Amino acid sequence: MTELLGIPPQVLFGQVMLGLINGSFYALLSLGLAVIFGMLNVINFAHGALYMVGAFVAWMMLNYLGIGYWPSLILAPLVVGALGVVLERTMLARLYHLDHLYGLLLTFGLALIIEGLFRNAYGVSGTPYPIPQALSGGQNLGFMFLPNYRAWVVVAAVIVCFGTWFLIERTRIGSYLRAAVENQELVRAFGVNVPLLMTLAYGGAVALAGFAGVMAAPIYQVSPLMGQDIIIKVFAIVVIGGLGSIFGSMVTGLGVGVIEGMTKVFYPEASSVVVFVLMAIVLLVRPHGLFGRPRT
Amino acid sequence: MKRTTTATFGALAALTLALPAQAEISDDVLKIGVLNDQSGLYTDLAGPGSVEAARMAVEDFGGTINGKEIEILSADHQNKPDVGSSIVREWIDEEGVDVIVDVPTSSVALAVNEITREKDTALLVNGGGTTRLTNDDCSPTTVHYAYDTYSLAKGTGQAIVQEGGDSWFFITADYAFGHSLEQDTAAVVEANGGEVLDTIRHPLDTSDFSSYLLQAQGSGAKVIGLANAGSDTTNAIKQANEFGIVQGGQSLAALLMFITDVHALGLETAQGLQLTTGFLWNMNDDTKAFSERFAERRDGQYPTMVHAGVYSSVGHYLKAVAEIDDDGGEAAVSQMKKMPVDDFFAPNGKVREDGRMVHDMYLVEVKSPDASEGEWDYYNLVATIPGDEAYKPLSESTCSLVK
Repeated sequence: MTELLGIPPQVLFGQVMLGLINGSFYALLSLGLAVIFGMLNVINFAHGALYMVGAFVAWMMLNYLGIGYWPSLILAPLVVGALGVVLERTMLARLYHLDHLYGLLLTFGLALIIEGLFRNAYGVSGTPYPIPQALSGGQNLGFMFLPNYRAWVVVAAVIVCFGTWFLIERTRIGSYLRAAVENQELVRAFGVNVPLLMTLAYGGAVALAGFAGVMAAPIYQVSPLMGQDIIIKVFAIVVIGGLGSIFGSMVTGLGVGVIEGMTKVFYPEASSVVVFVLMAIVLLVRPHGLFGRPRT
Repeated sequence: MKRTTTATFGALAALTLALPAQAEISDDVLKIGVLNDQSGLYTDLAGPGSVEAARMAVEDFGGTINGKEIEILSADHQNKPDVGSSIVREWIDEEGVDVIVDVPTSSVALAVNEITREKDTALLVNGGGTTRLTNDDCSPTTVHYAYDTYSLAKGTGQAIVQEGGDSWFFITADYAFGHSLEQDTAAVVEANGGEVLDTIRHPLDTSDFSSYLLQAQGSGAKVIGLANAGSDTTNAIKQANEFGIVQGGQSLAALLMFITDVHALGLETAQGLQLTTGFLWNMNDDTKAFSERFAERRDGQYPTMVHAGVYSSVGHYLKAVAEIDDDGGEAAVSQMKKMPVDDFFAPNGKVREDGRMVHDMYLVEVKSPDASEGEWDYYNLVATIPGDEAYKPLSESTCSLVK
């Protein structure tokens, strides 16, 4: 059998595929973080907790209300987004004029509180969430068995990421947002409701985290720790991609997923740290990240 | 001259203080420190449940010992050996803790084991699984109680090889426990004529196992052995299901699984898995009585073998200390070795010279959803493995206390 880099090509293709799937989650989460940092200048540590809340809302809808996966895919992000709006209005909005360390501390505290509440109520082992009937089973691609659900995750993530990018870069409301980031006073003078824009941006970005949570629920155990596991990694991805760069966070999310998958083949023990090694290298070479612009 | 006298007296006084306490309960209170994971992936299988089990054991003992008070402390070691070590040092030096209980996460248990040996404090390990505790690292102050990796290998490993699963691929958690479990199981597999094709080691607390599973699938091994625990195991099983591994003809061996893990996975996914456990809650009236009491106090959570083991080990320790009226580590543990263990957890159990508590283990199969009669009715008993077969014979032990 011919081998690429010392491993059979089937295995290699399989790992690239899996990397893209994991990368989709990273991309969805880092995209939200990048939007929040870019627009609100807040380092949102509560993002992982809200991703976990998304998964739990879907689980609760199924177990308490009998609402299945497909409606949850819309409803759960709305619930998480609404929660985000409340958090932004009642707490975050009061901190914008302070150093962004305050935002970081506040969201870090919020994350601990939210996770603590869920841990007390549901334990840490997690609870199962079934794969929707229509997406069970999988395809034999020759080099790997691809579960249908995972294929759906990649497609949905790419659509949602592109949609968000389009909204921010190519629409009028997006242009208001970008303008407000550059010069709030001026945009306000044109009669645009800037605080409302900020609220919508935060609500929308955490709804993305909630969406990722619903997507993750059938793959992982729905557990209070799931946000904690992923958030630090996602922060590293945002740093690599360039703080606040929307395009950068998407591309880096997918790329890091693939690199991590490769590490799992060649040196599995390092798979949990490879992203931080990458971050260190990028910070040394390009301190503002691969796609970021230096901030003034 | 006068100064020298004072100094001599001072030194003498200090010496007297430093001398070990005479046979009695030090500080007039017996302090039990329950050390485990209270926030991470092993919280449900040990965690607050173990604290509750220790509390129940103390209550059932009567709440006091030879007229002295019994107190329970607990702390979260976060699965980090350095955190665990500093808690234990503080407990022993500042709080006067007399016995440390539970300690899941083998790497932490091994670190604590060194400290308790040095400070003559008893250590009753229930959550931790590595066989090093009763071999190279054995200590006169340590009892290894509920199970160990050898007994898991002997139970599940042997059963699966004998059923024809003779080629194995291990997915192993990369720390002391995983290595120990993998090594012990590989030895059993090879001793029974099977072979180990390959091994992958993953970091503790991994959420995505797809890459490892894909490689295991590609290896063509008949059995994929999961040498990990807690949510690592449940995530691996769940994802193996998704990738159609069992449907494809390979079988999964969850080498360590607790009833809380089966509960978390749900029977739909977990059905048919074989596993080894030291405790079956619905085995007889005594085990049921304890488990139902436990569940009532824990919001409906039934006890794992770690919880039941904590109850049993604390009870046995208290009996031993009451007998000799001495809470020194070595004294208490050597008394525990002299007395037979006899309760619902370990009828006819005994603590061996190397610190191993020997009792029967059970090979069980997870029921299908239809066969289950209640929320926590999960296991069919396949075989009882007598204690003397389940644990490594004393003659093969590398423990220095044995020679």
